[in-house]
Amino acid sequence: MSTIEKDSVTGTATTGHEWDGIKELNNPLPRWWLWVLLATVAWSIGYWVVYPAWPVPGLGTTRGAIGYSSRVDHENELKAAKSLQAGMLTKIAAATPEQIAADPEMRAFALAGGRSAFQLYCSQCHGTGAAGAAGYPNLNDDDWIWGGKLDEIYRTLRYGVRWPNDDTRMSDMPAFLADGVLKPNQIDDVADYVLGLSGQKADAQAAERGKTVFAENCAACHGETGKGNLEVGAPNLTDGIWLYGGDRNAIIASVRYSRKGVMPAWEGKLDAATIKTLAVYVHALGGGK
Amino acid sequence: MNHVNAQAMTASTANPSQIDYNEDIVKAGVIAAMVWSLAGMAAGLLAALQLAWPAFNLDLPWLSFGRIRPIHTSGVIFAFGGNVLMATSFYVVQRTCRARLFGGDLGWVVFWGYQLFLLMAVAGYLMGVTQSKEYAEPEWYVDLWLTIVWVLYAIVFFGTLAIRREPHIYVANWFYAAFIITIALLHIINNLAVPVSFTGAKSYVVWAGVQDAMTQWWYGHNAVGFFLTAGFLGMMYYFVPKQADRPVYSYRLSIVHFWSLIFLYIWAGPHHLHYTALPDWAQTLGMTFSIMLWMPSWGGMINGVMTLSGAWEKLRTDPVLRLMVVAIAFYGMSTFEGPVMSIKAVNALSHYTDWTVGHVHSGALGWVGFISFGSIYYLVPKLWKRPRLYSIRLVDMHLWVATIGIVLYITAMWISGILQGLMWRAYDKLGFLQYSFVETVEAMHPFYVIRALGGGLYIFGALVMCWNLWQTAHGRLRDERPMLGAPTAAPAASRA
Repeated sequence: MSTIEKDSVTGTATTGHEWDGIKELNNPLPRWWLWVLLATVAWSIGYWVVYPAWPVPGLGTTRGAIGYSSRVDHENELKAAKSLQAGMLTKIAAATPEQIAADPEMRAFALAGGRSAFQLYCSQCHGTGAAGAAGYPNLNDDDWIWGGKLDEIYRTLRYGVRWPNDDTRMSDMPAFLADGVLKPNQIDDVADYVLGLSGQKADAQAAERGKTVFAENCAACHGETGKGNLEVGAPNLTDGIWLYGGDRNAIIASVRYSRKGVMPAWEGKLDAATIKTLAVYVHALGGGK
Repeated sequence: MNHVNAQAMTASTANPSQIDYNEDIVKAGVIAAMVWSLAGMAAGLLAALQLAWPAFNLDLPWLSFGRIRPIHTSGVIFAFGGNVLMATSFYVVQRTCRARLFGGDLGWVVFWGYQLFLLMAVAGYLMGVTQSKEYAEPEWYVDLWLTIVWVLYAIVFFGTLAIRREPHIYVANWFYAAFIITIALLHIINNLAVPVSFTGAKSYVVWAGVQDAMTQWWYGHNAVGFFLTAGFLGMMYYFVPKQADRPVYSYRLSIVHFWSLIFLYIWAGPHHLHYTALPDWAQTLGMTFSIMLWMPSWGGMINGVMTLSGAWEKLRTDPVLRLMVVAIAFYGMSTFEGPVMSIKAVNALSHYTDWTVGHVHSGALGWVGFISFGSIYYLVPKLWKRPRLYSIRLVDMHLWVATIGIVLYITAMWISGILQGLMWRAYDKLGFLQYSFVETVEAMHPFYVIRALGGGLYIFGALVMCWNLWQTAHGRLRDERPMLGAPTAAPAASRA
């Protein structure tokens, strides 16, 4: 059956088998191939000697010559990372945000750590660049709802906004339509007045009517001139910076149904040093007072 | 040469043309493979677009990334790859055994049973039915059905080997056999599960914790090893010598690399679980066996490429052969890259990044895709009894468009993967992480766009192929310049 032939192109003998016209040459294993294969085997055997490798009945596994353990390695790395920061973190935990900001070394550490913590815990709402989004304040500008001084930012971070604790930042603007305080036409009028406050185009007659509505219903918190009040978290309505949009429809919606954004309280979730570094970082973003 | 041929003819006792091969089932498999390839790749392109622009999920639950992704992976691996493997194994085993496919219509039960498996799997994914094991997402009822189909497939294949009229079993069939047996083993063990009820889709896998992870990646890696490597090496061992019209380079190499490949591959799975809860000893074995796997994998590359010795000039005129050689080159590249990535120090950077995605696709698009396309280009004129393909030049175009697509895809994933890995591990000198996860996602965007473009080119190539095969099957021949040299002297006359 089998006929060993010589391949006319390469001069190599075939094995004498044939399947559907396919024959096989009787070439040896390429030497380099064999040597590299053996080298990888030798290397592997060496690796097994050095590192934990084979299960041995009754003994567990071979431990390897250098006693390597990825768990111990990992623990050591964590320890080293923690001890690198331990001194500074203790110092920061004991200082006030003002003291941290005043000390160049602590400030540099707080800015780096604050940035890292901000990316981890805050960027989901405020964005990686802290520019905010609709409903989430921009932290780069100098327009603050609850105050932009270091200790004010620190307090907002610790207790959050409308978060269930006694010290949280709580403002409670009525839903003027839903609560039955104002009629739709009064709300439309006050919207025109507010548009005018921020220098936008508004119906003059409606704004005039709205002025009275504003004085009776809004001025208590937002002030006679609409410049807001940091004490009660009433936003400035004259600066053209809007958390929920500043066009006519957005303003009407805010007055009709109110807005109740929340921010978590970080006290208890993050350690004291991290919250302080966050305060220093946010304060330094550009708008700190 | 004539003398040799004459000898070969007398050596054959029966004229192959007298054997009534079952070729209809191969035709059906080729058609199914091409249809599934378009579906699977389209799902892949959609997934790539969603990663670049999430709005592409169109806010529809059944188009969300979590459902589209398994449709893509199962669609290209099991639907396209599986149909190519079944079709070519049925073709090759008959030819190299000089025997009609064993079991009569059993082959058709396998074919339609396998399509039903695929439809059940895809329907489940669309509705969110999954057991959440990567590449083994189908639930228990689909797994049971596939087990039945697979056993029947094994009966047909091994039955044909048993009734062969050749004294020896050809090397391609060793690889197909290893693929069929090992996939059965992997599938059954990884999918052992207890259904919550016999009327519901939900089940719980019997493995738990790190044993489940290990079983899953023993399965996952060997799905690569035995489905996407061994099976397609079987194709290479038949279609490359056929297309090149040259003998296989080395019989001895094929034996040694076959046995070393299947022995070593089955141990390599733990390299998917470096630096996890998996004990260190298992990680060591996973890594070292992956390193030792390098040369056994390259044995196939050497045998494939060296089979062309004495026929290199054919690459200038035969784009089908060129497609196969590029496939082997990608095979060599990704089977080198794999062992490199299994090294723990490299894996610490590459794991969970897009580098892995790029690695998989250099193997899947370059090796699995191209060797399949080459084999199908070989098969279609033979199966439909046509003198040649409709257009040789369109094959060349397919090759170039798809190759550019692959290069865009894998280079984008290399860069984004390494960038991602470096960003994840970047600390400043004070010990703080430099980047948040979302910043790394932002940094990936341009590479995700390039990847989608590369994938789009690859699909375009597949569409050109479908057109070419369609025309071939209908017996049309494109009037075109030959591959080499200047335009024919009198094109007008030749068209007339």
